Amino acid sequence: MKLSKEKLLALYRTMQTIRLFEDRIVNLYASGSVPGLAHLCIGQEAVAAGVCATLREDDFITCNHRSHGHVIAKGADLRPMMAELFGRKTGYCKGKGGSMHIADMEVGILGANGIAGGGLPIAVGAAWSAKWRETDQVTACFFGDGASNNGTFHESLNLASLHKLPVIFVCENNLYGISLCQTKHQVITDIATRATSYDMPGIIIDGNDVQNVYQEATKAVKRARASEGPTLMECKTYRWRGHHEGDPNQGERYRTKDEIKNWMEKCPITRLSQKIVREKVASKKKIEAIDSEIIEAIEAAVDFAEESEFPTIEDMYQDVYVNERKSQ
Amino acid sequence: MREITYSQALNEALRVCLAEDERVVLLGEDIGCYGGIFQVTKGLQEEFGPKRVVDTPISEAGFVGASVGAALTGMRPITEIMFIDFTTVCMDMIINQMAKMNYMFGGKGCVPMVLRINIGAGRGTAAQHSQSFHSVFMHTPGLYVAVPSTPYDAKGLLIEAIKNDNPVVFVEHKRLYNTTGSVPEEGYQIPFGQADVKREGKDATIVATHALVLSALEAAQEAAKNGIELEVIDPRTLTPLDKDTILDSVKKTGRLLIADEDNKTCGVAAEISALVAEEALDYLKAPILRNCSPDTPVPFSPPLEKAYIFGKEELMESVNRLMEYA
Repeated sequence: MKLSKEKLLALYRTMQTIRLFEDRIVNLYASGSVPGLAHLCIGQEAVAAGVCATLREDDFITCNHRSHGHVIAKGADLRPMMAELFGRKTGYCKGKGGSMHIADMEVGILGANGIAGGGLPIAVGAAWSAKWRETDQVTACFFGDGASNNGTFHESLNLASLHKLPVIFVCENNLYGISLCQTKHQVITDIATRATSYDMPGIIIDGNDVQNVYQEATKAVKRARASEGPTLMECKTYRWRGHHEGDPNQGERYRTKDEIKNWMEKCPITRLSQKIVREKVASKKKIEAIDSEIIEAIEAAVDFAEESEFPTIEDMYQDVYVNERKSQ
Repeated sequence: MREITYSQALNEALRVCLAEDERVVLLGEDIGCYGGIFQVTKGLQEEFGPKRVVDTPISEAGFVGASVGAALTGMRPITEIMFIDFTTVCMDMIINQMAKMNYMFGGKGCVPMVLRINIGAGRGTAAQHSQSFHSVFMHTPGLYVAVPSTPYDAKGLLIEAIKNDNPVVFVEHKRLYNTTGSVPEEGYQIPFGQADVKREGKDATIVATHALVLSALEAAQEAAKNGIELEVIDPRTLTPLDKDTILDSVKKTGRLLIADEDNKTCGVAAEISALVAEEALDYLKAPILRNCSPDTPVPFSPPLEKAYIFGKEELMESVNRLMEYA
């Protein structure tokens, strides 16, 4: 499958938006503007960008604690997203969710999830819902290698294959569940092999090659939309930052600087931008112009967040329940 | 009016909602041709098909979580967990997901689903099939908790739960499934947060839940023979809790007994006791008393289980203690 010029540039734009957004979060977190926890996906952008580029706006995603990339790729607006990270009232969740709980039902983001493995059954339900409602919507479910050991992973794959549900399970294998490297949390190397138990395709993908991700996701989405059942995609990748901002020296207690350096040389964004220039898809100048537009949008989002109010104390008591009798 | 059982009343509520709303689907273990462990879903798969009445694998976290995802995207799932004891294997889906989405997502995570469970000891099924820890759900913000004691309440509360836009934990009781009562044939809703005064009285208040409502009414009948008039209040929903009806009654009688089958420590009765102590202490003529399950796991051996469960006799002892205070 050869990707069009527009598609390649769109993938670049999405990945670079994620990267520059999170680069900005590094500073905003350090300066105290972003409180709480910030789990960054720098280095993993190709997975979110490649998968979400194959989805329609009315398709769904569920994702995990490290999900700024997924929600940006699915179409989240940077301004309410940044405001949410700042804990402001104008944020996606009115400041009540924060980094780990960004949701935007309008574009099918059913919520990032702070519980490892928590999003898998919810994705299965969204896919089941599409089947019940007789739409052809597809759900993509993002989770990590750590979550693949959770019972919800196995229960969800079983339910999805049993009912041939339109869901694609996207495992971002970044080799670590917090500090525990994959060799210490499971004996298998390829999580994709677990698909065999549930009689679904299990695909191993270079998660730092956005074209590879896009091509395989396209096939998986096509299968799902045609009611042929779920797919497990394992995207092998790596997070450059620590488990969360503040993890000392980007995780030196459990991994070496050389390992990080080696993976940084496989940067998915550099790989694509070099290809774009090399194959004359676009000039270096055009790439720089895209970068400038992205930076402008991110700065506008930061300004929006900084200018926004914090929620009032009364807001704490709102939204515990949905207003009664709304839809009867 | 015709009389039907509690489980038939629940079955009718499910049938009414399945028939009138395509978004309603049922999920659970053995709810299809088997009819559910207590026959609440009997005949529904036959009538509405296996696509809408789904027998699930033994995967509570999987199918409760799937219900949350379906509810978020336009469905109204009603999900049966065979025994409350089995909610422990999917507590993340109930407490972290189902209950919190609307709040965490700033009012944009509407989860209109019903989780049907049951409580109650007395069937010789020991410590993992007999528990009554429904207080856990009352403790969790974001959930509504319904606790029907009669066939009439069971049908009306379940239809309300299904039509409600919030996640509802619907707590049934094993000993009540075969009890009978008058139930209208048509569908009707009982609004949440409205306690029912099952019997009026002036001398002491019993706030009772589930099967203990029946025990309290028996106790009231017996007490009446001695000239003691007991008021029996069934909260019907623990969240929202109809505090006013409870407080008004206590202010009238000055004596309060709470009867609930959860363990005594940190249970429903503890919460209602604290409420009354905070808001109506000056009206009390006697200490607040609680009849609850002992703070032990449910034992198996028949004499032990017999000692574990309680009813009219134990309530009468408490009433007599209350009446010792002038």
